[in-house]
Amino acid sequence: MVLAWAAAASCDGVDAIPFACLSRDSRRTTVVRVSPVKIAVCVKHVPDATAHKRLDPTSFRLDRSGEGTLNPTDVNAVEEALRIKEARIQAGQGGEVVAVSLGPAKAADSLRKALAMGVDRSVLVSDDAAVGSDLIATSAALAKVLEQEAPDLVLFGQASNDGDGAVLWAAVGDRLRRPVLSQVAVLTVEAGSVTGKRQTEFGYDVITAPLPAVVAVSDAINEPRYPSLKGIMGAKSKPQQVLSLAELGIAADEAGEAGSRTAVLAVAPPAPKSGQVRIEDDGSAAEKIVAYLAEKKLL
Amino acid sequence: MAPTLVFLEHHEGELQKGSLGVLAKAASLGGEVAGVVLGASEDVAATGGAGSVYLCDDPALAAPLPQPRVDALEALVAQTGAETVLFAASVLASDVAAGLAARLGAGLNWDLTDLRVENGELVGTRPALGDTVVADVTWRGTPRLGLVRSGAFEAAESGGRAHVVAFSATFQDFSSLARLVERTQEVSAGPSIEEAEVIVAGGRGLGRAENFSLCEALAKELGGAVAATRAVVDAGWYPYAAQVGQTGKSVSPRLYIACGISGAIQHKVGMQGSGTIVAINRDANAPIFDFADFGVVGDVEQVVPKLTELVRARRS
Repeated sequence: MVLAWAAAASCDGVDAIPFACLSRDSRRTTVVRVSPVKIAVCVKHVPDATAHKRLDPTSFRLDRSGEGTLNPTDVNAVEEALRIKEARIQAGQGGEVVAVSLGPAKAADSLRKALAMGVDRSVLVSDDAAVGSDLIATSAALAKVLEQEAPDLVLFGQASNDGDGAVLWAAVGDRLRRPVLSQVAVLTVEAGSVTGKRQTEFGYDVITAPLPAVVAVSDAINEPRYPSLKGIMGAKSKPQQVLSLAELGIAADEAGEAGSRTAVLAVAPPAPKSGQVRIEDDGSAAEKIVAYLAEKKLL
Repeated sequence: MAPTLVFLEHHEGELQKGSLGVLAKAASLGGEVAGVVLGASEDVAATGGAGSVYLCDDPALAAPLPQPRVDALEALVAQTGAETVLFAASVLASDVAAGLAARLGAGLNWDLTDLRVENGELVGTRPALGDTVVADVTWRGTPRLGLVRSGAFEAAESGGRAHVVAFSATFQDFSSLARLVERTQEVSAGPSIEEAEVIVAGGRGLGRAENFSLCEALAKELGGAVAATRAVVDAGWYPYAAQVGQTGKSVSPRLYIACGISGAIQHKVGMQGSGTIVAINRDANAPIFDFADFGVVGDVEQVVPKLTELVRARRS
């Protein structure tokens, strides 16, 4: 799962409209003419793509002891947050991007990459009691941070490369009681609203929602920048907050396995393929494929 | 007994085959099973098999957006005491399922390729880590929510008209904040890759974008859809909608014909659940041959047109 969010500070004396300030009945909230200035990007520290991934044989959890990296599609969310902020700055307004993550202490490495790209600061929720959190427990912890940060826009990447759920934003959005747009390939942020174009199984949808909103972007949305040397050097001095569950006001039994509603009973290697056939094309390969498919009743 | 609910997605008045497959699977596990249709007419809901289908056609559900659907399902779970709610994975259903999980404090397992009842408990099969391991997953408490990998189960033959039970729901203020302002239908001649029973997929090994016409011709003869790898979508050879793999769609058709595809892990995770995999690739060392059922080391420009001809001849 992926969380990338960036938060921008209020600027030019114009009040941002943080989550916490919104009326529960948002339809009565008139459109606030203000730039979305605070963006939170939810990001995840995942095992490096080249690392051999394994599950711990007793806990059935992913062994996260190896090399880790900022989840690839979260990088797109970070990039998008930075572009929105930069556009605001160009327009003479300010902005802040905050990267938020739930993960082991080593997740600080991934957050540092986000900082090197240009994110202003990071918040990492890291606690032994949070290990093994499922969707319910993870979304609860993230929602707590996001409530406190009160950004105008929460961004998520498309999917984590280790959990493959691609569902976290919808759970977080429900907890925050904010509109959710997912799979967004083109994002337009205007004063008080956000519009996303996305591809579904059936074509393109254009969806609009007032801010604050939760948006999950597709990795087709942009081509992320590489951190500059200056950015890498500068990242070290940027604020990196680490919070425990207690500091967030989350009870230990609301997180980790205790706070989860799913469990893994067993893991096994997949059933091996049997009866594999392999031929070199000597001009008759097409006939052989047809014969094979006919035998399997696939024609 | 509390029923199992199956979310039946619809598009242009048709219930989606993937959802009906989950309905058939749920019915095979025993117990009471009912479909749920949101934002469609009674006639559409009635096509959901021979059992019961709950229907809410509140105007709040007119657009295919997830958040009002969470409200409706929350109401229905409360009304029926449903202990299990199952979904066929899609852009819409995934957001509905996750939103509902948060709303109900319920467990959600996703990417399920099978379901069974063991000692009275529901157990799901969930491939993980690029399908290199298979996990048995379960739920703590109820309701249990499950997202099933697209194409995992076959729909049952339509067994007549369903008994439609209307229900109503109240909607959260925030649920209607997102609005659909435009919908562009993608005009495609064949089935979508999620729905197709046969997929002909192309990769870099096709050599050039124009060679996708070879895949299209074969797909047409087989009544299938065309898919593409990330590499060729990135290269602009084929639209993203057709992309299969880690950053695209997961598919599991009965037959997957991979043309010029190396079988890199990011593609493999999206298609290795296919029933039968045929691979044609010039590179004898391509990893796709490790998991293809029928591998041909050869030139796609030679083999694919010939295959298309043979299939056409057989069909006529």
